Amino acid sequence: MLQIDNISKTFNPGTVNEKKALSQLSLHLEPGDFASIIGSNGAGKSTLLNAIAGSFIVDSGSIALDGRDITFTPDHKRSVVIGRLFQDPLRGTAPSMTIEENLALAYLRSQEEKTNPFSRIRKRDKELFAEKLKLLGMGLEDRMRQPVGLLSGGQRQALTLLMATLVTPKLLLLDEHTAALDPATAEKVLELTRAIVADNHITCLMVTHNMKQALELGNRTLMMADGNIVLDVSGRERTGMTVEDLLRRFKAGTGKELDNDRILLSD
Amino acid sequence: MLLITQTALELGFQYALVAMALFLSYRILDIADLTTDGSFVLGAAVSVTLAAAGHSVLAIPAAMAAGACAGFVTAFLQTRMGVPSILAGIVTNTGLYTVNLMVMGWRSNASLLRTETLFTLFKKTGVGGSWNELLLSASITIVAGTALWLFLGTRLGLSIRATGDNRDMVRASSVNPAFTVTVGLCFSNALTALSGAVVGQYQKTVDMSLGTGIVVIGLACLIIGETLLGRGGIGKGIVSVMVGAVVYRGIYAVVFNTKIVPIECLKLVTATVVALAIAAPAIKSGAAFEKRRLTASRKGGR
Repeated sequence: MLQIDNISKTFNPGTVNEKKALSQLSLHLEPGDFASIIGSNGAGKSTLLNAIAGSFIVDSGSIALDGRDITFTPDHKRSVVIGRLFQDPLRGTAPSMTIEENLALAYLRSQEEKTNPFSRIRKRDKELFAEKLKLLGMGLEDRMRQPVGLLSGGQRQALTLLMATLVTPKLLLLDEHTAALDPATAEKVLELTRAIVADNHITCLMVTHNMKQALELGNRTLMMADGNIVLDVSGRERTGMTVEDLLRRFKAGTGKELDNDRILLSD
Repeated sequence: MLLITQTALELGFQYALVAMALFLSYRILDIADLTTDGSFVLGAAVSVTLAAAGHSVLAIPAAMAAGACAGFVTAFLQTRMGVPSILAGIVTNTGLYTVNLMVMGWRSNASLLRTETLFTLFKKTGVGGSWNELLLSASITIVAGTALWLFLGTRLGLSIRATGDNRDMVRASSVNPAFTVTVGLCFSNALTALSGAVVGQYQKTVDMSLGTGIVVIGLACLIIGETLLGRGGIGKGIVSVMVGAVVYRGIYAVVFNTKIVPIECLKLVTATVVALAIAAPAIKSGAAFEKRRLTASRKGGR
């Protein structure tokens, strides 16, 4: 599904702030894979997601999605098939527009909707949106004409999740999307993520700082350090693995302790 | 008195189109578009020149098309060439000075003497009696406002609204923000040029200085309207700019006829009011901070 070959990215090359964020990284995801990524601060986790989403063009290497080379495709075109959530729940929605209008925008990703730019939100669209909102179990289906700015962070993140998957993407990128939420809401959004991803068989790549989550959720766990993937566990090896095992493997692989302030602080 | 009120209402509706354009560019797209001054004169110049050649009706769409082109240049500079948005407007505006001279045949003003205008043509129909000029001005503005309102409810309109709100989200919806900014600025400058076109034929004259400070006056209308009616949805926004423009022209008429403030000072007064209104949130929070600091230092008991 996702085929990344030897991608590299250096920020601010030739200056004192030069930073090699990705170095010769390769990754292959099978259709339906749900992989979580953990790693030290500055290991390149978010940079990897940015590279896949097209926030910048990689310096070298290639990225292909579902057999199509997207290395030089601009980000807004990649978003037709790639859904994305950020840590900041405010980044995925337009606050002054209503829930309905936000969903209508997300629905633009379906190709048939794009053909007529002057078409308006139809009744059957509204019914579809209400039906989908009901699945969130937050009562948002009764507030469709309210501006999104009135919603809480958790509600906005759940709405963003719905928007990212309203038109089923080939790949879903989650960048610590529950990290800014309170524990109960985070659990709820995570549960929704799990359900939506499973129901639609979406291939998913999730950055997390929660080691337990990284082992429990999905079918693969990746660890990153210095702009590369240093550990990739799945299948039988992964079942029954504990956080301690993972930390030991990380140290054996890189010769360093896992250094991430947030990981140490989380349960 | 009746004549004064009538004129104020007529001009109010005519200039409301500029306020509407700024509602689109400044409020919705969150871009301070300084092309406005130039595209207003461009609209007036195209309109008066074509009316002088006997095409007073065709002059209106032609002026709007010219305005849209000016908006396109500004949008192209800021979305594709990396020119900061305010500078892009200033650059286009400067260029338009020459373009406007060219449109008027390299003169700094043009007049319509015995030629037909939109207003004389409408008067001949007899509709509206002695209110015909007001009726025509109001109709044009209301039609334009309705068109804008309908447009902002379409999928393209929604993506333009989202552009000013959250560009990341527009990209995530598979729409290129460069495209939505371009469409938005073309539309808003077409509205500004329409305003210039109507004003030009109404006054039967156009002058290079006609557009000076129009962007600030437009903002004043926008802010007056929002203060009176409050901020809300798109429909409310469009209605409130019309109200704001009429009120502004009302104030102008009062000042003009009573000379409370010398008329030469009106631009300074307008600029001050606009600056204060835009600075209001900062002034309020600054005042709250000082108040909080004073109470704290008093309680500290030093």
